[in-house]
Amino acid sequence: MQITLTVNEADHTLDLDPRVTLLDALRNHLDLSGSRKGCDHGQCGACTVLVNGRRINSCLTLAVMHEGDAITTVEGLSNGALSPLQEAFIKHDGFQCGYCTPGQICSATAMLDELDAGWPSHVSPSLDGPCELTEAELAERMSGNLCRCSCYPGINAAIRDAKEGQA
Amino acid sequence: MRPFDYLRADDTTAACEAGFDRGAAFIAGGTNILDLMKLEVMAPEKLVDVTRLGLDRIEEEDGGLRIGATVTNSDLAANMRVRRHWPVLSRALLAGASGQLRNKATTGGNLLQRTRCPYFYDTDTPCNKRSPGEGCAALGGETRNHAILGTSEHCIALHPSDMAVALRALDAQIEVQSPEGKRRAYDLDNFYCLPGDTPHIETMLEPGDLITSVFLPAPKGDRQVYRKVRDRASYAFALVSVAAVIRMEEGKIAHAAIGFGGLAPQPWRDIEVDATLTGATPSAALFEKAADILLQGAETHGGDDFKIPLARRLLPAVLEEATA
Repeated sequence: MQITLTVNEADHTLDLDPRVTLLDALRNHLDLSGSRKGCDHGQCGACTVLVNGRRINSCLTLAVMHEGDAITTVEGLSNGALSPLQEAFIKHDGFQCGYCTPGQICSATAMLDELDAGWPSHVSPSLDGPCELTEAELAERMSGNLCRCSCYPGINAAIRDAKEGQA
Repeated sequence: MRPFDYLRADDTTAACEAGFDRGAAFIAGGTNILDLMKLEVMAPEKLVDVTRLGLDRIEEEDGGLRIGATVTNSDLAANMRVRRHWPVLSRALLAGASGQLRNKATTGGNLLQRTRCPYFYDTDTPCNKRSPGEGCAALGGETRNHAILGTSEHCIALHPSDMAVALRALDAQIEVQSPEGKRRAYDLDNFYCLPGDTPHIETMLEPGDLITSVFLPAPKGDRQVYRKVRDRASYAFALVSVAAVIRMEEGKIAHAAIGFGGLAPQPWRDIEVDATLTGATPSAALFEKAADILLQGAETHGGDDFKIPLARRLLPAVLEEATA
């Protein structure tokens, strides 16, 4: 099928088998290898990208379903300079092997927007918001991203730093 | 993944017509069906994309709320009206999956998600749900998270949804459109089928039937609690969960509707439990009696024996909180 995907603000026309996931389209057809294939079943979060500003698992969706959507990968977060969150990951050593890092950064970027929008989480004491980014909130809201190196202390510090920098 | 044809439907009528074809399946969020297609547990010949039918709105209707079938779990959980008047639904949604999955998973898709029974997923083992008549590898196998109520000798698989448990306690209705263009509505009770000797038939949906919306009637209870027990603190399916919708009047329980997850092949509700609680004064003895009634027909399988004491503690704890 011929489709046009809008990735990091650029249009790309591709001829794809409908079976191609968004993740495989990004990695294998557009050479955007930042989004990673970990489990390929939506459990690890390494493939997280933003679609219309929302974080999703790109391994669990078909590329052909995303015509007209604004897709942002980790490559699109840095506009010439690294994003504050990316800088914070470096500053706080929020990785070891780095495999999960693009997914962590994309996920955290959208997670901070969800927090700003007042979305409650499972651990929020009240549904009325606003929510503070406590340790429990951070762990719950980022539970869709696993780090096998267990760099969570650095990841959490980086996200917190970026959040405070925003304020 | 097996090859399939992809069709993006432009309106609900076209979607139902396309979905009527042999081997066709609908796709919205895709988080469950694509997972199953990768493993070839499901192999539809045609996928009908229903994400662009305008079914993504939440609107007030007759004091209740009409939720479009493709409203995402995130949007539904964050909706201010849901948070204020149907908080048990927000809580149930937020207890399920991850942030990424809730952004994709839809209301209709959540209702239709398949069991996570490991033998359903493992195509090297027999499964009556996946291949009718093959047998059930769960019986005699690992049964840590299987159903203990409503099962049959052919299938002990669980319905994994959190959302549907809250919808059950809220007396929600599921609206369906048929390929002939007719609309009909089901209570959750009538929508799901118990496994019996046909565990592959899970709902009343016929080929081409599309869930278009879920209707939430005005809440009958202002005290709403969802509590979920699972193996880890986040991003795990329920071992046992309870959704309680309670209204108190002069120290007595005027309305009680209790939904249960992790116990049955469908989001569970026991009218005897609700009837026992309704009109009664809250007490530890009453709550224990409710748990006894709930579990009177329970059958465990070894690995899931713990669910009986767990449910026996969880239900009273939730009722205590909801009636305090």
